[in-house]
Amino acid sequence: MAHFDEELDATGLNCPLPILRAKKALGKLSSGQILHVIATDPGSVKDFDSFAKQTGNELLESGEEGGKYSFYIKKS
Amino acid sequence: MSKKLAIIATKGSLDWAYPPFILASTAAALGYETQIFFTFYGLQLLRKNLDLQVTSLGNPAMPMPMPVPVFMQALPGMQGMMTRMMKKKMKSKGVASVEELRELCIEAEVKMIACQMTVDLFDFNTSDFIDGIEYGGAATFFEFAGESDICLYI
Repeated sequence: MAHFDEELDATGLNCPLPILRAKKALGKLSSGQILHVIATDPGSVKDFDSFAKQTGNELLESGEEGGKYSFYIKKS
Repeated sequence: MSKKLAIIATKGSLDWAYPPFILASTAAALGYETQIFFTFYGLQLLRKNLDLQVTSLGNPAMPMPMPVPVFMQALPGMQGMMTRMMKKKMKSKGVASVEELRELCIEAEVKMIACQMTVDLFDFNTSDFIDGIEYGGAATFFEFAGESDICLYI
């Protein structure tokens, strides 16, 4: 997945900062726009899934490469 | 209508400052209306200048870099050293500071209520506390907690 409107580097941050920063970043986007989050916290995998379920923002894609986790979230 | 989270924060050490602020800030990010009632030692978390400490005394579960006999843990300067070590470790692991988490709670409009009785009991000066908080008692807490979906005592 290549297309996104905004990128958030949350590498090195631990719970709950990646989620809180993502929430803030999504607040600046308009509905339908995509936020790309990069994180290194292994707990963020489950957390972003839960975040999406609870907030209604869609988790389009997530993956891991070289210890970095990547999330594409579409603002509801 | 959004879900509601009510928290009672009763502890004022560096380690115990985390659960209420982590949960409140995260809940707010998830859309919860959130309120924290600070009572007894929890009021230390509302000071403008936080000077929270951590100690292994009375806490045999605290992981230590090396075994230290309990009577040594009580020596002068040990608490300061443990606090510095804990803060350093948290920073290196990307764990937010208590100040930062509290600021995020304020930004997310988490409502904070200080227990008036505790303020009177310990002769606290309200000018030492951050702005924007309210002062109230048990009945104030129940007004919100009674309608909450989740209620935590920390």
